[in-house]
Amino acid sequence: NIKMEMFDDFKRMNKRQVYYQVLNFGMIIASALMIWKGMMVATGSESPIVVVLSGSMEPAFYRGDLLFLGNDRSDPIRAGEIVVFKIEGRDIPIVHRVIKVHETHEGKIKFLTKGDNNEVDDRGLYKPGQLWVEKHHVVGRARGFVPYVGMVTIIMNDYPKLKYAVLGLLGLFVLLHRE
Amino acid sequence: MNTFLSRLNTLFAFSISVVAAVTFACFLTTHFLDYTQDVEIEVKKAIVKNMEEFYVGEKHDLGHIRFSLKANMTPVFNWNCKELFLYLMAEYETPRNKINQVVLWDKIINRGENAVLDLKKVHAKYYFFDDGSDLRGKNITLSLHWNVIPNAGYLWRVKGRQDLGYTLPDSYAGSRV
Repeated sequence: NIKMEMFDDFKRMNKRQVYYQVLNFGMIIASALMIWKGMMVATGSESPIVVVLSGSMEPAFYRGDLLFLGNDRSDPIRAGEIVVFKIEGRDIPIVHRVIKVHETHEGKIKFLTKGDNNEVDDRGLYKPGQLWVEKHHVVGRARGFVPYVGMVTIIMNDYPKLKYAVLGLLGLFVLLHRE
Repeated sequence: MNTFLSRLNTLFAFSISVVAAVTFACFLTTHFLDYTQDVEIEVKKAIVKNMEEFYVGEKHDLGHIRFSLKANMTPVFNWNCKELFLYLMAEYETPRNKINQVVLWDKIINRGENAVLDLKKVHAKYYFFDDGSDLRGKNITLSLHWNVIPNAGYLWRVKGRQDLGYTLPDSYAGSRV
């Protein structure tokens, strides 16, 4: 019944209104992309918002919590910070705390990480033979925290069909609904 | 117009806005507070050895420190502080590195737990391996820091108001610890 009403709206549109709806849809996509890329520029992080996927930082971060990242080049990495970094051969970035930093006189930094909830440091997680994390591994550094919000993306990733259903319905709604 | 679904939708949207506004207020009301605190650190015993570092497979200097620590973290907790992550850090300079920072000990204090620290002669929790073999007679600075984990907001990293300079012994300890 609701579906039919939606299509009724669409049937009553003339050609111009249809173009307008399509352009409107494009605008939404483009703005979202611009906001994301703008945040990348502002924060210096290639992924300014990440969702916590593991329990290795409990009780600080739980699965589904949202982190805002920064990556200010002029502010060097120091022990005690929480960094998000990538390890070669692993798709998912790791969110862990820095427990050891060595910076040479030339300013080259290497550091060791550990999850608050883990018993040992991360050398077992790194690529075999890798002893340190370096600047080029870093995706960003945790600056802000919001709980639970990332749960939505976790549920969507766990149930891909739900993701496509929700995205499809939202897209359809924007395309067909007339203000 | 006023179908059950549209009412449910309005109610849901309104609840979300209220939760978001309250969360933001929570962040704003605690963002400009002072999170620093007095700290008393004392080194009770320190030795330096030279031994092979696991994983690394090289002989490096290993410091061992027993320390006492006094601090009252109660005032740091407010309605937007879920957890404090405290860590004791040793900082020093060597010919090899301009900055060396090693976390020796850490502790998590959750909201509602006892936040008064009075530790006596505690062993470091993590191995104090140097990046080379430069710990003998080294001047190190010990400082307590904390990372404030909020319910929602900025993840502050705060340094205690006092730190401690300490000189490690200038010869290796024997095999007995």
